[in-house]
Amino acid sequence: MRNGLGAPQSVAVFGGGSDIAMATARALVDGRTRRLVLAGRDPEALVGAARELRSRGATLVECIAFDAEDCDAHGVTVDAVFEALGEVDMAMLAFGVLGDQERAPDDPELAGRIVRTNMLGAVSVTIPLVRRLRAQGHGTLVALSSVAAERPRRANYVYGASKAGMDAYFQGLADSLEGSGVEVMVVRPGFVRTKMTEGLPAAPFSTTPDAVAAAVVRGLATRAGTVWVPARLRYVMSALRHLPRPLWRRLRG
Amino acid sequence: MPGEKAAPVHDLTGAQTLLRGWGRTAPSRARVVEPRDEAEVDAVAEAAPRRGLVARGLGRSYGDAAQNAGGTVVLCTGLDRIHRLDLDRGVVTAGAGVSLDRLMRLLLPMGWFVPVTPGTRHVTVGGAIAADIHGKNHHRDGSVGAHVLSLRLRTPQATLTLSPDLRPDLFWATVGGMGLTGIVTEAELRLHPVTTSRIRMDTERARDLDDVMARMSSGDDSYRYSVAWIDCLARGRALGRSVLTRGDHAEVPELSGRARRHPLDFRPRTRLAAPPWVPPGLLNRLTVRAFNEVWFRRAPELERGRVVPLASFFHPLDGVERWNLLYGPAGFLQHQLVVPFGAEEVIRDALERLSAAGAASFLAVLKRFGAATPGPLSFPRPGWTLALDIPVGVPGLAGLLDRIDEAVAAAGGRVYLAKDSRLRPELVPVMYPRLDDWRALRGRLDPGGVLCSDLSRRLGL
Repeated sequence: MRNGLGAPQSVAVFGGGSDIAMATARALVDGRTRRLVLAGRDPEALVGAARELRSRGATLVECIAFDAEDCDAHGVTVDAVFEALGEVDMAMLAFGVLGDQERAPDDPELAGRIVRTNMLGAVSVTIPLVRRLRAQGHGTLVALSSVAAERPRRANYVYGASKAGMDAYFQGLADSLEGSGVEVMVVRPGFVRTKMTEGLPAAPFSTTPDAVAAAVVRGLATRAGTVWVPARLRYVMSALRHLPRPLWRRLRG
Repeated sequence: MPGEKAAPVHDLTGAQTLLRGWGRTAPSRARVVEPRDEAEVDAVAEAAPRRGLVARGLGRSYGDAAQNAGGTVVLCTGLDRIHRLDLDRGVVTAGAGVSLDRLMRLLLPMGWFVPVTPGTRHVTVGGAIAADIHGKNHHRDGSVGAHVLSLRLRTPQATLTLSPDLRPDLFWATVGGMGLTGIVTEAELRLHPVTTSRIRMDTERARDLDDVMARMSSGDDSYRYSVAWIDCLARGRALGRSVLTRGDHAEVPELSGRARRHPLDFRPRTRLAAPPWVPPGLLNRLTVRAFNEVWFRRAPELERGRVVPLASFFHPLDGVERWNLLYGPAGFLQHQLVVPFGAEEVIRDALERLSAAGAASFLAVLKRFGAATPGPLSFPRPGWTLALDIPVGVPGLAGLLDRIDEAVAAAGGRVYLAKDSRLRPELVPVMYPRLDDWRALRGRLDPGGVLCSDLSRRLGL
C-alpha cells in the first residue's frame, strides 16, 4: 500500500533500464519500496540494476521482458507484473525514444518508431494496467512526459508530438479515474542529462535523473497531478506557450 | 397474511466509494455496505468478499485503518440502537454505530458520562473499542477497554459474546485490534456518574518541557483529567513551552445562574465550518507560529477553579466542522507516540527535530498514560505520550518521522495505529512485542483471512 506520504511499497517500472527509471527506483527503495518489477526490452541488461536495488534494501526485484512496440504482448506483461508483486502500489512508464531528431522528420521508419513507442506503446500498456489497478481500488500511475509536450519545437517536434499525445492521454485518463482510488501523475522534465540525450547540447533549465526522482517522490507525497522538473519550468512554459509564433520561431532550437 | 406488505428488502450490494481517513492522505476505493442490524451484518460477513472486509464508523481514524481498497467496507453507523440502559448501575448496551456524541446527549441529562472520551465526540462505540481509545483521564481510568463489560463480535465464522471473563484472550485481541478480529455489533459500557455537565478547570503555563513534565508528574494525580498543549514551534530555551489544563467534573454548588438551574444541560453547538476547499499551505510555519504565540499568551499564567462547559474542555475542535480540511487538499499526518517514564529524552529529541524542521503543528499535546489494558495491540502503556499533526508538505518529513520512530522503539515505546499512516512495517513487532500472540488469536477468529484493511496490508499485520 502507498503510505500517508505517498511512498509505495511495491513498484512496477516499464522502461526500467532508463537513467530516470533507475534514479527513481533508487529513491523509492530508500523510502518504503521493497518489491519491484523492472520491465524492459532486454531483461538481461536489467540484472545489474536489480542487484543494486537489492543491495539498497529491496527484498524482491524481478526483471521481465517488455517491448513498447509489441502491443499484442502488453496484456500478458501486465499480468506477469501483478503475478510477481500481488499488489501494485505504483506503476511508472519511463520508456521512450528520442531518435535522431535531424533525421526523424524525413524518415518515416524512424518517425513511426518514435510515435509507436512513446505514444502508442504508452496507451497500449496502460489500458490493461488501469483495468487491474481499478479492481485493486488504489494505485498511482506515473507517466514520464516531457516539457516538449507543452509546445513543439522545430528541433524535436516528432518527439514533442509523441510526448504531447501521451501527455494528453494521461491527463484525460486522470480525469476519468476520479473516485476510482487510482491516481495519475504526469511528470514533465526539461532537458535531462542521460544516456538518451548524450552528446546533445544542453537546453536551458536542464536537470538530472536524480532531480527528476526527487521531484517524483515529492509529487507522490502531495499527490500532485503534474510535476515539472525543475519546478520553475511550470511558469516558464506557461509563458512560452503563449509566445507569438514569430517570436517562438526565433528562439534557439 | 394476504394483503400485508412485505418489509422492504434492504440492499446490501453497496456502492463503490472513495474512502479516506481523517488526515485525508491515502484515499482508496471500496464497496461500502450499510447493515442496519445483526442479521444484515451476518449476511455481509458470510459473503466473504475476495479482497476482504473491515468495519468503519465515523471515519475519525487519521490513517488507513477503516479503508479496504478493492474490497468491502462495512459502515456500521446503522447499528445505532441503544439496547439496554441501566441507570442504577450506570451501564449502557449500545450498538457499535452509536456515537459518543449521542451517548453524551442521551446520558448526561440523566447524570451519567462516558468513561473515556477522545478529543472528538464523533467516534462510534465500535471504533472506540477497535482502537482502544484513551482520553485526558488515562492516567487514572485507563483506556476505554477497561470499561467495556462485554461485547458482541461477528467474525467470518460466528457471532461471539466476549468479556474480560468470557474468552478473555479473544476479548483483548479485539480491544485495540483495529477491527481485524471481526465486526463489533454491540458493547456494554460502564458509565461514570456526574452531577453537572461542566468541568472545573485549572490552567497554568509552563515555560519549557522540563517545567511541564515536572508539573504533570507532581500534580496529575489530584485531577481526573489532564493534558498539556505544546507550542511545538518554540525552540531553544523555550522548547516545549506549554499550556497545562487539568480538571474534574464540577459539582452543582460551583455553578451559577442559569447553569445552576440546569446543571446537566448539554447542548454543544458547532460554531464554524471549514469551507469545502482550502488553498494548500494555509497552515504553514508562519500562520501556525502566529496562532501558537496567541494561544500561549492568551492562556492565564495560573488560574484555578474556572467552570467551563464539558464540550469546550474535551472537544474544542468539534466546534469547527470539517476542521481537517484546513490542511488543504494534500492532507496531513497525525503522529502519536508513547515512551515509558524515564525516556523523557525521546520526547525532547522528537520536539527538537520537529521544531528544527519547522513542522508546523498547531495541535501538539503531551499527556501521561497510566496502566495499560491487556490488549496485545492496544496502544496506551504507562509513560509519556506526545501527539501532533503535521501537514504532508514538510520537506524531509518521511526521514524525520522514521528517526523518531526508531528512537521510540528503542526506548520500548510505540506509535498509535489508529493514527498511523506511515510507520515502517519492520518496527511493528518491536513496538508491539505481543504481535505474534495477537496474530495467533486472530487466526483462530478468522482462519480464512477475510478481515483486512489498507492498514493491515501496509503494515503486514
